[in-house]
Amino acid sequence: MPSKPRSLWESVTAAGGPCGRLHGLHATVALADLARGSSLGGRLDELRARSVLIAIKDPLAAALALIELDGVARRMVLSPPDLAAAHLPAVIQGAALDACVHEADAPPGPLPGIDRVVGIETTLRPGASARESSQATEWILLTSGTTGVPKLVRHDLASLTSALADAGPPPEPIVWSTFYDIRRYGGLQIYLRAVHVGSLVLADPAESVPDFLARAAAAGVTHISGTPSHWRRVLMSGAAAKIAPRYVRLSGEIADQAVLDALHAAYPQATVAHAFASTEAGVAFEVRDGRAGFPASLIEVPGSTVRLTIAGGTLHIRSPGNARDYLGEGAEALRGSDGAVDTGDRVEEREGRYYFLGRQGGVINVGGLKVYPEEIEAVINAHPLVRMSLVRARRNPITGAVVTADVVLADDPLGTERPAPEALARELLTSCRRSLAAYKVPASIRIVPRLEVSPSGKLVRPSA
Amino acid sequence: MSVKSTIASQFAQVAAEQERKLAPLTEDLKLIDCGLDSLSFAIIVARLEDSLGVDPFNSDRAVDFPVTFGDFVKLYEGFAK
Repeated sequence: MPSKPRSLWESVTAAGGPCGRLHGLHATVALADLARGSSLGGRLDELRARSVLIAIKDPLAAALALIELDGVARRMVLSPPDLAAAHLPAVIQGAALDACVHEADAPPGPLPGIDRVVGIETTLRPGASARESSQATEWILLTSGTTGVPKLVRHDLASLTSALADAGPPPEPIVWSTFYDIRRYGGLQIYLRAVHVGSLVLADPAESVPDFLARAAAAGVTHISGTPSHWRRVLMSGAAAKIAPRYVRLSGEIADQAVLDALHAAYPQATVAHAFASTEAGVAFEVRDGRAGFPASLIEVPGSTVRLTIAGGTLHIRSPGNARDYLGEGAEALRGSDGAVDTGDRVEEREGRYYFLGRQGGVINVGGLKVYPEEIEAVINAHPLVRMSLVRARRNPITGAVVTADVVLADDPLGTERPAPEALARELLTSCRRSLAAYKVPASIRIVPRLEVSPSGKLVRPSA
Repeated sequence: MSVKSTIASQFAQVAAEQERKLAPLTEDLKLIDCGLDSLSFAIIVARLEDSLGVDPFNSDRAVDFPVTFGDFVKLYEGFAK
């Protein structure tokens, strides 16, 4: 039976909520108060059927805007806080935007094509908005394109929530948190789970890892998600013990065995799960057995709504969680001829399990042989003194390129004596030689104090 | 350490790492006969750039590609000055 599309607010209400709270750095909002008040100062109707740019710095205000606008706006673009101003005109034009929601105390300058600007506050003003849905709002997420100009990925509430279990209210309260910004796919998934079944502690870019963990603990965090890079930062912060979650989730990058084991050790009471999801393909699966990779039994399951296939060495996903398309004139096709989204993530089967090799585009060519940086990083990261590493290409006159590695050491709370950097580099080379083909072994290893992690929580990889 | 001894020890080290038998490094030893493959040379060039600060092959100057071990050393000595 075709049913009227539900807005996020109607969906949250129907799920037995809204019972939880949204915890920002400076304010907390009870979701139930949205039944009697609004963050948009009574101006929601001005945005009805509009195409709205959500250009908000504060994560809590953005979280409120999504609830207010879903089902009301025709389209909303979730602009991450670090979107370069230079890309705004292309985003506005590509998504045909005509309105903007921004912080009430910091109106934006004039924006081409935008003729309606509405301010938002995290203090709710009394007066209910007519928030019932008049349409299925398009949710537009931005992903980085190869040229630097963001690609516009079109979802709706149905595709974004397709991986949410329809299990009714949980037996115990759930307090979610995530290191992701909620305007990125990984963070948005956590936000949507949280508002349906509990509360959410929103990360703030201004906050240090220990402060954020302390705030999450104070709010009673039970479930928390981030990329492996986010989690390595936690493990390096010395503050991991501030929280005691029941569920720890990794997504967005390859979860290698070393980071999974380190999280098991840090949170013995928790389920440590790694999920595969991408903005375009949606959430494909979650692995809870504590091992890197995923069981081959997930591939081509007959009758499953999420259909995984391997084609040309990469993982393809066809599912209700797939985005609809890329938005914009002349945009490339999101799906291939098989109707599935090619994730571009290369996988390899070994003994009934698939392992991620790395991104299709991230290959280093050493004398004609392909090297996936992530495969080498996994070997290096398995060393007990290593927290994280970045393998990259180094130009070479003999083979075109050789592999080189930058390595960040783990904190050493016991103060045990560490080998000198040169000795450790030699040790790492020895273990690489033991498990990797010669051309994959780094020509050089540098011990570095830190590696750059992008605002999306992923290791910054040099574009080869 | 002289340029020559830095290079010689790098040859020895990489040969050991790659489990290759290195011929005695005489001046007129042809590189093609020294027992190392191109990956080994790629690694040696990368490491010498780290220790000597030069990569003669990637410079703007035209280089005569070395044929013997002696040529190889002279090439680096010419750039290290």
